[in-house]
Amino acid sequence: MGFLKNSNFKIVFLLALAIGVSLSATVSARQQVEDTSIHATDTTGAIADPNATVSADTSLTSDTAAMDSAAAVKGATPTATTEEAGKVSLDPQVYTNFFYYLLVVFLVCVLVAVVGKILQIYELTRRMNGRDTTYYMYNVHANLFLVCLVVGLYGVYWSYANHGAQSLRDAATEHGERIDAMFMITTVITTIVLVLTHIGLFGFAFKYRATPSRKAYFYPHNNTIEKVWTIVPAVVLTVLVLFGFFTWRSITNVPEEEQKNALHIEVIGEQFAWTVRYPGRDGQIGERNYRLTTPLNSLGIDFTDKSSWDDQLGAEIVLPVNRPVRVQITSKDILHSFYIPDFRVQMNAVPGMKTYFQFTPTVTTEEMRDKLGDYNYDFVMLCAKICGGGHYNMQKRVRVVTEEEYQAWLNEQPYFFTEDLRKEFQVSQASEEEVEAKKLLANAN
Amino acid sequence: MSTIANAGTHSVDHHGDHGHHHETFWTKYVFSQDHKMIAKQFLITGIIMAVVAMLLSILFRIQLAWPDKEFPILEVFLGSKWAAGGRIHPEFFLALVTIHGTIMVFFVLTAGLSGTFANLLIPYQLGARDMASPFMNMLSYWFFFVACIVMIASFFVESGPASAGWTIYPPLSAVPKAISGSATGMTLWLISMTLFIVSQVLGGTNYISTVLNMRTKGMDLWKMPLTIWALFLTAIVGLLSFPVLVSAVVLLIFDRSFGTSFYLSDLVVQGQILPNEGGSPILFQHLFWFLGHPEVYIVLMPALGLTSEVISTNSRKPIFGYHAMVYSLIGITILSFIVWGHHMFVTGMNPFLGGVFMITTLIIAVPSAVKVFNYLATLWRGNIRFTPAMLFAIGMVSFFISGGLTGIYLGNSALDINLHDTYFVVAHFHLVMGSASIFGMLCGVYHWFPKLFGRMMNEKLGYLHFWLTFIGAYLVFFPMHFMGIDGVPRRYYAFTEFPFMEKWISVNVFVTWAAIIAALGQIAFIWNFFSSIWFGKRATQNPWSSNTLEWTTPVEHIHGNWPGEIPTVYRWPYDYSKPGHHEDFIPQTVPFSETMSSNLPHDFEGNAEAERIQREWELANNPQPEKETE
Repeated sequence: MGFLKNSNFKIVFLLALAIGVSLSATVSARQQVEDTSIHATDTTGAIADPNATVSADTSLTSDTAAMDSAAAVKGATPTATTEEAGKVSLDPQVYTNFFYYLLVVFLVCVLVAVVGKILQIYELTRRMNGRDTTYYMYNVHANLFLVCLVVGLYGVYWSYANHGAQSLRDAATEHGERIDAMFMITTVITTIVLVLTHIGLFGFAFKYRATPSRKAYFYPHNNTIEKVWTIVPAVVLTVLVLFGFFTWRSITNVPEEEQKNALHIEVIGEQFAWTVRYPGRDGQIGERNYRLTTPLNSLGIDFTDKSSWDDQLGAEIVLPVNRPVRVQITSKDILHSFYIPDFRVQMNAVPGMKTYFQFTPTVTTEEMRDKLGDYNYDFVMLCAKICGGGHYNMQKRVRVVTEEEYQAWLNEQPYFFTEDLRKEFQVSQASEEEVEAKKLLANAN
Repeated sequence: MSTIANAGTHSVDHHGDHGHHHETFWTKYVFSQDHKMIAKQFLITGIIMAVVAMLLSILFRIQLAWPDKEFPILEVFLGSKWAAGGRIHPEFFLALVTIHGTIMVFFVLTAGLSGTFANLLIPYQLGARDMASPFMNMLSYWFFFVACIVMIASFFVESGPASAGWTIYPPLSAVPKAISGSATGMTLWLISMTLFIVSQVLGGTNYISTVLNMRTKGMDLWKMPLTIWALFLTAIVGLLSFPVLVSAVVLLIFDRSFGTSFYLSDLVVQGQILPNEGGSPILFQHLFWFLGHPEVYIVLMPALGLTSEVISTNSRKPIFGYHAMVYSLIGITILSFIVWGHHMFVTGMNPFLGGVFMITTLIIAVPSAVKVFNYLATLWRGNIRFTPAMLFAIGMVSFFISGGLTGIYLGNSALDINLHDTYFVVAHFHLVMGSASIFGMLCGVYHWFPKLFGRMMNEKLGYLHFWLTFIGAYLVFFPMHFMGIDGVPRRYYAFTEFPFMEKWISVNVFVTWAAIIAALGQIAFIWNFFSSIWFGKRATQNPWSSNTLEWTTPVEHIHGNWPGEIPTVYRWPYDYSKPGHHEDFIPQTVPFSETMSSNLPHDFEGNAEAERIQREWELANNPQPEKETE
């Protein structure tokens, strides 16, 4: 690699000089920034008219002029005085700080440049002494890869031990335990592969760094080896696929008999809340028709379907332990996702379509609290599909309790079919009957 | 470092006798039809878009790390609507996430990567004077450019840019009442994307026809470098899948603007009953992911191709298992079309289909594994030169492994139940698709910079850039896996509303600092890139002692690439460190008759005449014929 020739020494010195000049320039720039900020404080203090201050701010931050002037124009209209007032209260210190940060970044860049120049000079002296200027750098990187391997592997271990412990909680459902078992098997396999391949990758990078004397080993292919490393991953993956496939089928493909025996509840998502419907004594959830939505009947429950009359509104999701639950999930407006991490349960809520997830909670909230030693711990259901500004806070508490507690709780939950709704329903029925009657009359005539 | 002797057979005179029209500034730099200039245009536009998308990511990382803190300076930049009091508005947060994803996936890693290197390398490495249709090529860039402008412009509309996530699932993206970003911003997103797809189709058609029709004499398909194979297959994938996205986008435009109900049904948005009936949001997801999953490979395969070339060149070894590498690329190409359902395991798709898609998805891991092992075997007993390009190539392999392995979790539908739409997914695709591809791209930039601009980039800055980015990317994305396992969903504006997420806020602070430092590390690249264009050390003709054809062209770009006749190709591109040869590389243009001392029986592909000549030569020159020494 031809690097700088000796005659280019001058350039190096010139550059060093330039950096020196720029360094001193930055010092004076810092001075200037301070001056400007003081000046800005003065302006803000002196000028009472808020419009003028806004424009002063604008001139101060020339690089944000586009954005800011738009705001200033807006601010100039008398209707937007409040907005403008917010603008004025922006402490000039903010700009000063911002420019300090920029300055710090710039100084770091200069520092890097200085180090770069020193390296260049070091390389030049090596070259003048007749030593190589290329391979020593390869040695540096080879060693860095080794460091990277060791530190990286330790980092992975540390992360598994610390973050892993933070994130893994025992599943609180029957199928969740199977998922967790599979998760562990997959983790073991992938970690082994991760470690071995990285030992290979970084190890080879360390060991086979270029030296001027060696020539690489010409080894274009070996069909046996290639067959081996096609077949081995294929076999491992087949095992994982079969395992996963049967688990998946057992979770999603519940026999009809078991579907019928499960407790049915309905969860309906909307921006940004969930509504939970319990089926009442008949064990059946009434039909909905979105066209029937009124301010009172916000779910659009179809009360001509009598099974809806005893449907109850759950303030939270309360489930009896060890009893299969079949959740019917849907949405009023846009996509949401019904997600309970502790249960290993997730299913999207799709408007115009019902989706289902059947599971059996095996741990009550109390038991979970004991297990975790955290007496405020709650299972929680959250939304996992982007749904707008309130997406990050669309939650519902989930409680798993004993059968008796469940019944006691259920008895307290209100019915959907309230007195007001009944009246509304009767009115609508009556008017419908009227229409029908008129039609009949018209037909008869 | 000497120039290659054999290239000297053509005298390097700058004004050959073919096609020199008068070039003005406009035809040379702006509406250029020259593949090299178009490659530069794609690259520079891609880099600018990458910087924009990176800045957006820093903004939302700041929000995630310090959800309760005010940053008044943000109000100056973003205005008081989106950052009132120095706190990012939740809907604007979603807009940032959305546009970050869109720009990175489409504008940087699709157009910036394929656009640059397909344009640069396909004619160069195949020995063609230019693309099959230079005019279409020019159109391809300008459609892309307009798409970029429209996408950026969406930041300046009053209702804000699209904010339904880069996957723009309807109904959220179809109903402006649900989120303000779905008003004009979404319209601009859709227009931009349509223009972008036009660009991709124009480009893809061109790449495919060039590869099939314009290879130089002797360049049969099995003598093509892996870069070309990768770019060729990428173009095929793009050409087959992007039109499906057009259909998805057009139907969405219809739903939004003309009152159709392809994706909408039974909606009551904020108390208002919408008239749409009979559509299905799942339909959009099928159409989107029919592109969306191949898109992952559109992003990844060029990176795999570039790194194959760079790893082989800098290990001074032939790529191990060239045929296996090609077949695994073909396997990935085909399989990529039948795995899209793994994005939809829990979206309400028939669960039986979930099982099927799981099987196809995990099959695709096999060709990927083969590629990784072949990379490792290529490094084994090499003579590895750590140029910046090589470092990025090694980094790419590392990300490809670590990100690919988590794909085994997500491809498994049972495990996906708990991981779907969580930070685990974010970690997974940022490693395997984001970091791996961007490393592939950077590796390509460092390696082919001398070919693009005739100058060298500064190596030291390249090293600094690599280590900062490599370590930074791992520090940013590795901890995210654990948040996902804990059940933290992606696209959450703040972690403050759920007690179980609070323990991750400190991790978020760490991640954000890592992201900021890695982002600052990119200054090293930007500075290096732009200053080297004008002030870099002048490149020699073949600075990396490489075998492929592009290094036989003169350093100065000329119209038609080769001053004289296009060179003929005699051998595969990976004859590095061949025993018996005096140098550790033999370019593709060197006939076997000039390398009698290093020819192997395998080289002649069963040509009896050539084998006879070789035997006679060996008997004459060397009583003990040199065999492959083990």
